[in-house]
Amino acid sequence: MRITQGAFSFLPDLTDQQIGKQVEYCLEQGWAVALEYTDDPHPRNTYWQMWGLPMFDLRDPAGVVQELNACRDANPEHYIRINAFDSTKGWESVRLSFIVQRPSDEPGFRLNREEGAGRNLRYTLDSYAVRRSPEGQRYAR
Amino acid sequence: MGAPEANTQITDPSKRYHAGVLKYAQMGYWNPDYEPKDTDVLAVFRITPQEGVDPIEAAAAVAGESSTATWTVVWTDRLTACDMYRAKAYRVEPVPGQEGQYFCWVAYDLDLFEEGSIANLTASIIGNVFSFKPLKAARLEDMRLPVAYIKTFRGPPTGIVVERERLEKYGRPLLGATMKPKLGLSGKNYGRVVYEALRGGLDFTKDDENINSQPFMHWRDRFLYCMEGVNQAAAQTGEIKGHYLNITAGTMEEMYRRAEFARELGSCIVMVDLIIGWTAIQSISNWCRENDMILHMHRAGHGTYTRQKSHGVSFRVIAKWLRLAGVDHLHAGTAVGKLEGDPNTVQGFYNVCREMVTKQDFQRGILFEQDWASTKRVLPVASGGIHAGQMHQLLDLFGDDVVLQFGGGTIGHPMGIQAGAQANRVALETMVLARNEGRDIINEGPEILSDAAKWCQPLRAALDTWGEITFNYASTDTSDFVPTPSVA
Repeated sequence: MRITQGAFSFLPDLTDQQIGKQVEYCLEQGWAVALEYTDDPHPRNTYWQMWGLPMFDLRDPAGVVQELNACRDANPEHYIRINAFDSTKGWESVRLSFIVQRPSDEPGFRLNREEGAGRNLRYTLDSYAVRRSPEGQRYAR
Repeated sequence: MGAPEANTQITDPSKRYHAGVLKYAQMGYWNPDYEPKDTDVLAVFRITPQEGVDPIEAAAAVAGESSTATWTVVWTDRLTACDMYRAKAYRVEPVPGQEGQYFCWVAYDLDLFEEGSIANLTASIIGNVFSFKPLKAARLEDMRLPVAYIKTFRGPPTGIVVERERLEKYGRPLLGATMKPKLGLSGKNYGRVVYEALRGGLDFTKDDENINSQPFMHWRDRFLYCMEGVNQAAAQTGEIKGHYLNITAGTMEEMYRRAEFARELGSCIVMVDLIIGWTAIQSISNWCRENDMILHMHRAGHGTYTRQKSHGVSFRVIAKWLRLAGVDHLHAGTAVGKLEGDPNTVQGFYNVCREMVTKQDFQRGILFEQDWASTKRVLPVASGGIHAGQMHQLLDLFGDDVVLQFGGGTIGHPMGIQAGAQANRVALETMVLARNEGRDIINEGPEILSDAAKWCQPLRAALDTWGEITFNYASTDTSDFVPTPSVA
């Protein structure tokens, strides 16, 4: 399966040149770009690992791509996403987020159904990769 | 205009309160020198006086009938601070290009209204006055609500920012679809359509306004099967998905019962129809706030009073009331789809929903600057007769903070529902990517779409099926200040 979180997961994986253009757009809006990575892509896992701090003072897209490559080298089989943060009053939140690396194999999620009274069901999602291995060893190289 | 004395307030108390009938202007409801206070509620009405009725007297009557007046002098006014409680019409102008119609500006003191009650506000502002015989027609065009009043409302339970954080979806419009056929499917078949659409790439699916609990599908069945579809699709995509479960019912008690069941099943969103009324909306909004639920508002019924320019209430006013009453999603028009709405006017509605300060903008029908005092943003929904081939126009008109709903454009896809959803999602992401790269999507949009269709067969099929479909009819609810642009 292919996890379709993020703004561009239905497109072919973005090239570094395409990533650079999106970063440029974010910087033009005055947003701070940040990198995050994880090997627990559960849709409700809000807090991925931060690759350093958001790059508040960086104005050059090439610098972001350089950081991205360092993150990729250190985490070759993790999910990596670029977030762009807007500190404007009334937003103060992420304004764009997209995946820029994913593991070579994505086993996906199991849907658990806990049967309750009547025909009631309680649903949970369970990541096959998280279930089989601890953090850092979840996606094979 | 009438004789000057007819339009002048009588200040001598013995004459003013002598039993009998006076003109509304003479009673003090017309005051061209009045300077509105920051704390006043302001309203602009479009009025069409009957033949021979002086527009200034008509405006004074509007102010009178929507505040303290009755048809005759009453001495009991003198037991009150009546000069303050009287609304004041302070400006009257002919509507450009509309003979016999006038805009009249009316100011209301804040003390005329109960805090936190749209029911109270509307009982005054659109109460008796709309049936008043000397007016052929009246329409409430816009309102300015003072910050002091805004702050008595809780507003949207979730708001755009928190909704996106809960869904973990940023930087693009959300995608939805209304389940079709809107009536007749069994619960099991209905849930299938939900599942297919979400699995294919939509973020949300939606009950239609008139799906409640009919013989073919009782509400509990609908909820159970829809949540099966939602969760199955979430597991297979790794994304948070939702279905707007319509909890509209005959009584408030029944609505709460349905809302509780939606929550028990883990739904992130419920929906109600506008026809449940202002009090019910504010109550269910409170429930949503206490239960971390997004509240989707389907504006069923609004066309009966918003569409015709001569009489009723503009949707921009309804949108303001709904932002205060507290809804998270609001259908606000498509401009390019099958339902009424000229692009400028519709953008005006979107600005009312989304901005923290809505600027005065005559071209978009916004007559007052409105400071929302940090009231959360409402996410507008564009729904009705739109398709993937219009993606560049929709993104250009509405930006990122909108739910684009392609019901027929998803479910009617020749390759199936999942393919329909995928076509829409690919078209959307392609267009956002291109816009961010600095491309001129309005002119290059069709080319950008057909390039993506080279590697996405479902998008190719969607463009082949609907690429040429437009609904290019003249709008009725248009701006009075600029020529109306065409969208086709």
